[in-house]
Amino acid sequence: MTLLQGVFVVTALAAVISAVMVVASPRLVHAALWLVVTLGAVAVLFILLDAGFLAMVQVVIYIGAIAILIIFTVMLTRRVMADSGSQANRAWWLAVFIGVVMFAALLALLAQMPTWWQVTPPPLAASADFMVKDLGKSLVDLDRYVVPFEVASVLLLAALIGAIVLARPPAETAGKTGAE
Amino acid sequence: MIPLSWYLVLAAALFCIGLYGVLGRRNAVAILMGIELMLNAVNINLVAFWRYLTPALIAGQAFAIIVFAVAASEAAVGLALIISIYRQRSTVIAEEIDLMKW
Amino acid sequence: MITDPFTLVGDLLREFLIGLGLKAPEASGVIAFLGAGALATAVLVLCFLLIWAERKILARIQDRIGPNRVGPFGLLQTVADFAKLLTKEVVVPSGADKLLYFLAPPLAVMAVVGLWAVIPLAPNLVGTDINVALIYLISIGAIGTLAIMLAGWSSNNKYALLGAFRSVAMLISYEVPMVLALLVPTMLAGSMGTVAIVEAQRQMWFVVLAPLAAILFFTSSMAEAGKAPFDLLEAESEIVAGYNIEYSSMAFGMFFVGDFLHGFTLSALTVTLFFGGWLGPYVDQYSWLGLIYFLAKTAVVYFAVIWIRGTLPRLRIDQVNAFNWKFLVPLALSVVVVTAVADKAAATLGWDRTLALFVANGLLLLGTVIALQLYARSQRRRFERTSLAAAPAPAR
Repeated sequence: MTLLQGVFVVTALAAVISAVMVVASPRLVHAALWLVVTLGAVAVLFILLDAGFLAMVQVVIYIGAIAILIIFTVMLTRRVMADSGSQANRAWWLAVFIGVVMFAALLALLAQMPTWWQVTPPPLAASADFMVKDLGKSLVDLDRYVVPFEVASVLLLAALIGAIVLARPPAETAGKTGAE
Repeated sequence: MIPLSWYLVLAAALFCIGLYGVLGRRNAVAILMGIELMLNAVNINLVAFWRYLTPALIAGQAFAIIVFAVAASEAAVGLALIISIYRQRSTVIAEEIDLMKW
Repeated sequence: MITDPFTLVGDLLREFLIGLGLKAPEASGVIAFLGAGALATAVLVLCFLLIWAERKILARIQDRIGPNRVGPFGLLQTVADFAKLLTKEVVVPSGADKLLYFLAPPLAVMAVVGLWAVIPLAPNLVGTDINVALIYLISIGAIGTLAIMLAGWSSNNKYALLGAFRSVAMLISYEVPMVLALLVPTMLAGSMGTVAIVEAQRQMWFVVLAPLAAILFFTSSMAEAGKAPFDLLEAESEIVAGYNIEYSSMAFGMFFVGDFLHGFTLSALTVTLFFGGWLGPYVDQYSWLGLIYFLAKTAVVYFAVIWIRGTLPRLRIDQVNAFNWKFLVPLALSVVVVTAVADKAAATLGWDRTLALFVANGLLLLGTVIALQLYARSQRRRFERTSLAAAPAPAR
């Protein structure tokens, strides 16, 4: 086993174990922090895959924004969850079953592709700096991914407006605070 | 070197764990966390396929970026919804948010 | 005269390690490890001096003398303070989440020391020259936010949690103008690597090409560092001591160190991105001069940080957020657009780049001032109207 494989195995184990803790931890704040560990492990995987830019973006967006938002929400709503014991619902065994079947099905699909068990990454033709530039250009290139990019930006705008609308206090309290 | 399949197995495992989180948890925030896990699994796959099969095309990375955008907007709206529901009904347990159920 | 001591030391060390029987990649690994340790240690030792300097300057601003008992000029005051902190009892509040409680302080220090990894100190002297250094800066900042959140939550204390909430809300908001301001040096240099950005400033410092972006970055990173006037995460009068209220002994010391170091780090970043980093006369012949230039420039900016801290009163939480969302973010967005257009126009039309960008920034500044004036006028009119209507009839 080479050094890289060792790094991969350790990272992958960290990711899977912390992911299990995310869905199994009874305290939601702990689950959210385990989620941070998983996201960090995925960032390390991106570095192993020569996608340093994505690794950094993963940390900025997932850990810096999404995980913090989740922790925020957990803390704002924790009064209800403090007393209730189990976090799993009545059909949790069904969920486990579906998960296991899904995993088995994916592995079976993967077994159909025996070449993928050997394929190693081809050497990258371009430097890391060029790749980041190419990534940026491809997102605004009319012949490439400008349409998904624009759709994503419209989605973000819609999410922005939606979140503001949802987070506004109801009309009567809004009137009160506005008069101050 | 690391074979492609290792990444795919890991991504499949993360996806299924996330799927369990979505289906088996009671708290709406926990369900969102499951969705984040699934999206991350997808991202691992996208980047791994890009690196191993089509390194000349930047498509895998470009779509991973778009998945980031989707995840961010989903978290923003989802969490705003959860807080809004919590304000109205003081619960975040998915089973108790059943006004639309007949 | 030695021209490039840093490369020389590195080469000597490498030869020594190879002489010990290590292979070349292993030797590089050991050197990288040693370098990281040396950098982190140097930065933390520097902190002793910084705390002394900050207290001394603040004292002068407030017409006091400041620390003057321990050692010459009170230089050893910080050492005495830390000895005192170390001998204190480590208190864990009841109901605290022990693991997270002790995880938060080291994370807070890490989030500051980690920033130094990508700051070029001199030619050929940089922790690591990664091509996405600017995003790395932001992502390390995210870890600092997480540390504050953890500290506030795990203490099991209302004030700590409130402090954590408001500081995290502020930090996340101020990340937006900071990222937008970082886009400007990226555009001007055509790279996100800090080394490339410093090299690109050989002709002209970016503070001339993009003065507004420099001010925006400086302001928003002041907020990121929680420096006054944005230090409401530890507003004593409102929330006692904020997120670190329950911490004592060295656990508090770590937050303290991280906080002080952050001010210096943000000055170093501002210098790197906008004031030419280690650039200066004769730096190509004698690369050790670069380190001196860098530290001198950083000291000047750091003085400005302390000056602002000693002068401005603390803002209220709603003022802080309104200032960010209603002023900094729109301004940052327009700075990005104006810089992009002016740079492209100058390149295609053959104008002088420096002049074009400077004039564009000046016009934008003029527009901002006019817009602010109009806004202030309308606010004043509104205030007069409402206060006249609401005021009781004057006594006759």
